[in-house]
Amino acid sequence: MAALFQAPTAFSSSNSLDSNKFNHSPSPRSLSERKSSILTVRSDARSNPLLNSAAHKPHRFITNAVATKPDTSLASTSSKPGHELLLFEALREGLEEEMERDPRVCVMGEDVGHYGGSYKVTKGLATKFGDLRVLDTPIAENSFTGMGIGAAMTGLRPIIEGMNMGFLLLAFNQISNNCGMLHYTSGGQFKIPVVIRGPGGVGRQLGAEHSQRLESYFQSIPGIQMVACSTPYNAKGLMKAAIRSENPVILFEHVLLYNLKDRIPDEEYVLSLEEAEMVRPGEHVTILTYSRMRYHVMQAAKTLVNKGYDPEVIDIRSLKPFDLHTIGKSVKKTHRVLIVEECMRTGGIGASLTAAITENFNDDLDAPIVCLSSQDVPTPYAGTLEEWTVVQPAQIVTAVEQLCQ
Amino acid sequence: MASSSWLLMRRSRALIHHKNFSFYSLFSSSSCSSSSPLLKKPHAQSAGYSNNYSSAHHHFRFLRRFESTKAEAAQLELQHYVTDDDDNNRAIDFPGGKVAFTSEMRFISEASQKRVPCYRVLDDNGMAMKYSNYVQISKEMAVKMYSDMVTLQTMDSIFYEVQRQGRISFYLTSIGEEAVNIGSAAALSSDDIILPQYREPGVLLWRGFTLQQFVDQLFGNKSDLGKGRQMPIHYGSNKHNYFTVSSPIATQLPQAVGAAYSLKMDGKSACAVTYFGDGSTSEGDFHAGLNFAAVMDAPVIFICRNNGWAISTPVEEQFRSDGVVVKGQAYGIWSIRVDGNDALAVYSAVHTAREIAIKEKRPVLIEALTYRVGHHSTSDDSTKYRPIDEIEYWKMERNPVNRFKRWVERNGWWNDSNESELRSSLRKQLMQAIQVAEKAQKPPLEDMFNDVYDRLPSNLEEQERVLREIVKKHPEDYPSDVPL
Repeated sequence: MAALFQAPTAFSSSNSLDSNKFNHSPSPRSLSERKSSILTVRSDARSNPLLNSAAHKPHRFITNAVATKPDTSLASTSSKPGHELLLFEALREGLEEEMERDPRVCVMGEDVGHYGGSYKVTKGLATKFGDLRVLDTPIAENSFTGMGIGAAMTGLRPIIEGMNMGFLLLAFNQISNNCGMLHYTSGGQFKIPVVIRGPGGVGRQLGAEHSQRLESYFQSIPGIQMVACSTPYNAKGLMKAAIRSENPVILFEHVLLYNLKDRIPDEEYVLSLEEAEMVRPGEHVTILTYSRMRYHVMQAAKTLVNKGYDPEVIDIRSLKPFDLHTIGKSVKKTHRVLIVEECMRTGGIGASLTAAITENFNDDLDAPIVCLSSQDVPTPYAGTLEEWTVVQPAQIVTAVEQLCQ
Repeated sequence: MASSSWLLMRRSRALIHHKNFSFYSLFSSSSCSSSSPLLKKPHAQSAGYSNNYSSAHHHFRFLRRFESTKAEAAQLELQHYVTDDDDNNRAIDFPGGKVAFTSEMRFISEASQKRVPCYRVLDDNGMAMKYSNYVQISKEMAVKMYSDMVTLQTMDSIFYEVQRQGRISFYLTSIGEEAVNIGSAAALSSDDIILPQYREPGVLLWRGFTLQQFVDQLFGNKSDLGKGRQMPIHYGSNKHNYFTVSSPIATQLPQAVGAAYSLKMDGKSACAVTYFGDGSTSEGDFHAGLNFAAVMDAPVIFICRNNGWAISTPVEEQFRSDGVVVKGQAYGIWSIRVDGNDALAVYSAVHTAREIAIKEKRPVLIEALTYRVGHHSTSDDSTKYRPIDEIEYWKMERNPVNRFKRWVERNGWWNDSNESELRSSLRKQLMQAIQVAEKAQKPPLEDMFNDVYDRLPSNLEEQERVLREIVKKHPEDYPSDVPL
């Protein structure tokens, strides 16, 4: 489970190369154009200029955090390192690199083949790797998850795509009873290095059944790891890490984040599955969040900064296990914690995180932990109601103000 | 030898098809000619829905499975689909292909007139029937098969008693299904991947799992490959290509497709073989697993042990179809019904199925009809829901081990002294193994926490540390035979 750490020195030397290869269209770069050195970056914003720039880029996210329009800074980015792409392309890039690197990696799911996946994460892969490695399955989530598990036990490394995370509720039996357990119950004889991924979270009027937050339901399953990506950078890094992990990993993507555009390094990099990401260092309050709520928090952070507050924003990324090291360090510094999540109030990630922090860092807290989550209701279809079931920046600002009194 | 039997079966498939057609036409008097039989011949036609429904429904619901159906057959006159020459020219295109159309509105009956026949080689007295075609086996093979069937039988009766004595917590027997277990195992190669349900320890036995290894798992001691984590009977061995048993029913079926898919990607000359009972065929995973295997051209052999009972639910209450074999065609899978208590028939069918699966890269479904002589498990008393004389009948008169024994003996390959030698040796070995297993240490405390992930994460490390502290403080509250 340990990741490699290297000083991010490779960037400076790549500038000259990249300026020739820069192109405006967000298409994936071919592997041959990139350098082969592996770069694994610690998510410590201070030492890594790239991460800082990604975090502070002025995203125009209002209450509808979805795709950015290509902003005017595009014209001036020809001298910056790396290449630009959308989040779903970053996922695809990570997937493609891993499939090239290891012939045992394969993808299975509904419409992942020539259709390219419902969110186009697997577009073009079937043509490149063949129908056997990018497998279209009939509609039976429990069964293709089971199929992935059987294939993994026999030596392959499948990536199982749920068309929407909510459908994976049908695969709960296989995920809980087999995926999480068989390594243990077989006495370590069989391992299950699968990656289960798919879009989840509250979208834009997708209806209650397509707005599930499955991280709440899966978090107790022993034997699995859960990570949530939120930027193109961490999407690619986490995808690669998940594929290389020997444990079953569930990678949570968010429906509304697929069209996020950002610049990522050309060099190969793999992130750590168990690490949180420091988005914005600060002094007054620790705001813990993940996935789409990160953007609502950052939006609120702008307002808070204007009001004179200095929030520290951490994208926890690893939902199981929690990165209590990074979180603990932050709590010891700020003594106030606000959790902002999309899960429902009862039994969500926020609930577990509150318990974990209280147990471990109670002495460091100056105030009770505040957790902002969605209400315990199925997501309504009406747009206005849907908006209010999800935590909005205004609520975050109010909560911080109250916390810091 | 083996491939010629396959060819024979292939040719006879066409034959069987035609036989069915002619059979139906015998009963329906307007087989090929009339265009509206409904109105013209009332006495012969039963094309009306209600007629078919009540008589066929009655036929399957209230008759015992194994009784002959010839009395009822005469009354059922199903109008089978017959395509006239005219119809062939009038075909229409739809997604999925061309289909001929007809102006007759006819519903397909819920069941064929006759049940799918059952392939068997030996009669009840262990004599090879005339004109039977089967895959020949050598003396060595036959003796090993018979010995393993006896071993399985002996293991089952002894371990059941051990549970009753309170020395192990749980057990379930495979009594009555020895032929399915060993007959199928013998026809496979060690490269074939086995995904069992839980009533197939014979397959593991055949592959070389020792008696000591079986007992170690039952006692959950430190020699158990599963490190004491699973309940008894949940054997698993990577070395023997036998996937660890997982309790939920039918979950292994889609996994078998995945394993076969992996073999296909590697280009191996092997297949995945998965076992399940009649009850499993109600689970969603059964249907999806078969469908997937067919769509993906996966080399899987699906072996259904239709033993008549799913705990207390008899097959009449499990499904309304003619058993499990008819479901194969619904998914586009070659299927066969086999006398599961006939070791030679099981052997031949599985042997052939394996060739089909591997050479043609397609799944095969085998329904082995048999009977669960024992209780579902040690937590069950089946005399509460089925008559004792039924159990006795299957235990004695339809015993698969005795039946095969007569065939082996008749060939001059086995005699009474071999028998007594084998049985007494087995008893000794088993008793010895049980003693050793009982005395052995349990797995250490650390085995409670490792293998949840590939390496011990910090939270589990913490939880282990906390547990050790508690045990140290209160040693009298914790078992003494678990090494710390």
